[in-house]
Amino acid sequence: MKDTGIYGLLAEFENVNDAITAARSTYAAGYRKIDAYSPFPVEELSEAIGFHKNGVALICLIGGLLGCTGAFILQWWINTISYPINIGGRPFNSWPSFIIVTFEMTILFSGLSAVFGMLALNGLPMPYHPVFNVPRFEFASKDRFFLIIFSTDKNYDPARTRQFLERLNPISVAEVPA
Amino acid sequence: MAKPTEVEVGEQKAPVIQPGHTFASLNEKIGGIVLKRPIKGGWILGMFICFVILQWFLLAVCWLFYKGVGVWGVNIPVGWGFAIVNFVWWIGIGHAGTLISAILLLLRQQWRNSINRFAEAMTLFAVACAGMFPIFHLGRPWLFYWLFPYPNTMTYWPNFRSPLVWDVFAVTTYLTISLVFWFVGLIPDFASMRDQTDNKLIRFIYGSLAMGWRNSVRHWSRYETAYLLLGGLATPLVLSVHTVVSFDFSVGIVPGWHTTIFPPYFVAGAIYSGFAMVLVLAIPIRKFYGIEDLITMRHIENSAMVMLATGWIVAYGYAFEAFMNWYGGDPYESFLRWNRLHGPYAWTYYLLLFTNLVVPQVLWFKKIRNNTVLLFFVSLDVLVGMWLERFVIVIVSLTRDFVNSSFGQYYPTQWDWAIFIGTLGFFSACMFLFMRLLPAVSISELKTLLPQAEVKVKHEETEVHQ
Repeated sequence: MKDTGIYGLLAEFENVNDAITAARSTYAAGYRKIDAYSPFPVEELSEAIGFHKNGVALICLIGGLLGCTGAFILQWWINTISYPINIGGRPFNSWPSFIIVTFEMTILFSGLSAVFGMLALNGLPMPYHPVFNVPRFEFASKDRFFLIIFSTDKNYDPARTRQFLERLNPISVAEVPA
Repeated sequence: MAKPTEVEVGEQKAPVIQPGHTFASLNEKIGGIVLKRPIKGGWILGMFICFVILQWFLLAVCWLFYKGVGVWGVNIPVGWGFAIVNFVWWIGIGHAGTLISAILLLLRQQWRNSINRFAEAMTLFAVACAGMFPIFHLGRPWLFYWLFPYPNTMTYWPNFRSPLVWDVFAVTTYLTISLVFWFVGLIPDFASMRDQTDNKLIRFIYGSLAMGWRNSVRHWSRYETAYLLLGGLATPLVLSVHTVVSFDFSVGIVPGWHTTIFPPYFVAGAIYSGFAMVLVLAIPIRKFYGIEDLITMRHIENSAMVMLATGWIVAYGYAFEAFMNWYGGDPYESFLRWNRLHGPYAWTYYLLLFTNLVVPQVLWFKKIRNNTVLLFFVSLDVLVGMWLERFVIVIVSLTRDFVNSSFGQYYPTQWDWAIFIGTLGFFSACMFLFMRLLPAVSISELKTLLPQAEVKVKHEETEVHQ
């Protein structure tokens, strides 16, 4: 890492196809610490920067399994050990009537794990991020696409990386102060 | 540029978005409703009326809490009264929002993208209204937390064999999941609003809600996975919620309740009334806020067709109920049939058949589906009809069950009406606030429908294998 006081170089693109092409070229040129920004989800763009898998589904599965087993064990424990009541001679562990609460808790836990897992993996909430220092970055939520090469990338060089980005047909290239 | 989006190619349907929009114009238009549009007289008048009703509601609730449920018309034999009728009605209305946001998401019905936001808001407010009724009905509402399994000094636990406890879990899960689904959908739009405004305070508020969302594609990738998973989870959830609500009845042995058709029939009825509410809200909203290019006739017509279809499922439910009353040969069920048709509440049953089965048949005609004024009134009619359906199920069955000596009548009091109408005020006040405070249409999801969002660079061209 070269300590330049700079977080990275941010290139702005007019449309989604330019951004994808640029991201692929950047990845092909050996840059790995890169990120892209788009006003709506573009699967090809995250693929282009080499981001293929995310852990949200796994977290959701784990949450769901926990909710499912937890809810069933709780009901089983309550009805057989902690507070057994004989209702019409039915077995204490009358599991068919526990299915519904088990199901609802599976949904609740997996849903909440998916959401909080997504936020945690994304590092949100994050009140400050250097990329917001670039005034034009506010268009990332409107109609522009951005590509950033972080200064921590091993191939990063202030002059050469800027030249490289400028060849990719951007509207503008800006330094992001750290 | 003015090319229609792919969804309607081949058929002459109204487009999902009127052509001519750009990414920026969507931000301007949807964000502008909140950020730039001045508050007009119509909004103030509407909000004022709802606010007055809301105060009336609060007064009624205070009186109820002070005096107890005796201020209502509930008494033996009718212990359930308006509270349960309204609970089932409201929670049913909520179901259309989840259907639009989750089931249509999984079915890749792209037209959902412009109506899902306010339909989800509708769900949330409707479930909030629904959730209040069982709590009001508890008698000692401040002890509502006894319904949850928590370790306590009384060493007691809830009875997990009871449908009423299942209901607590189903409804709280539904409320929670609807809330996070809605909020997750809003995060990128909060970021758009944050970037769009120059006002520091507004920027701070939306910025806080966006939690630092910066549109990174890594974030989007996880976001999309989470959103899709929520859709996949909310789909069985929404079907389960009204199923569990129907168990409150069908697990009991009261004539007219103890039937196996209840779960599907309740779910269909829920979606029926929910789409009616979607139309009742969408028709004025798109007109007054000038978003007819985003919520197009396509949405209106599709919703009308869903209403017609679910209306027929409900009709099937009525027919089968009647058939089983006869075919089952149970004298109490046969009496129930007679009582519905000729008893003291017969007028509610005939009115129900008229509003729910007869009137909505006008939706077969394309002309009426495209006439927003008529459609608005047909939807109101369906809402009334579905309320009557729950009235017939709860009240008519309870007033005359098994033994003649326990027959009785039910008379709602002014406090029953005050609380019912009060929740309508609460619901409408929430919708009025929602329209002014949050983007009523999903900005980022609509962008994916624009022709400019189409990815033309093929994947294999430049793919690099590590």
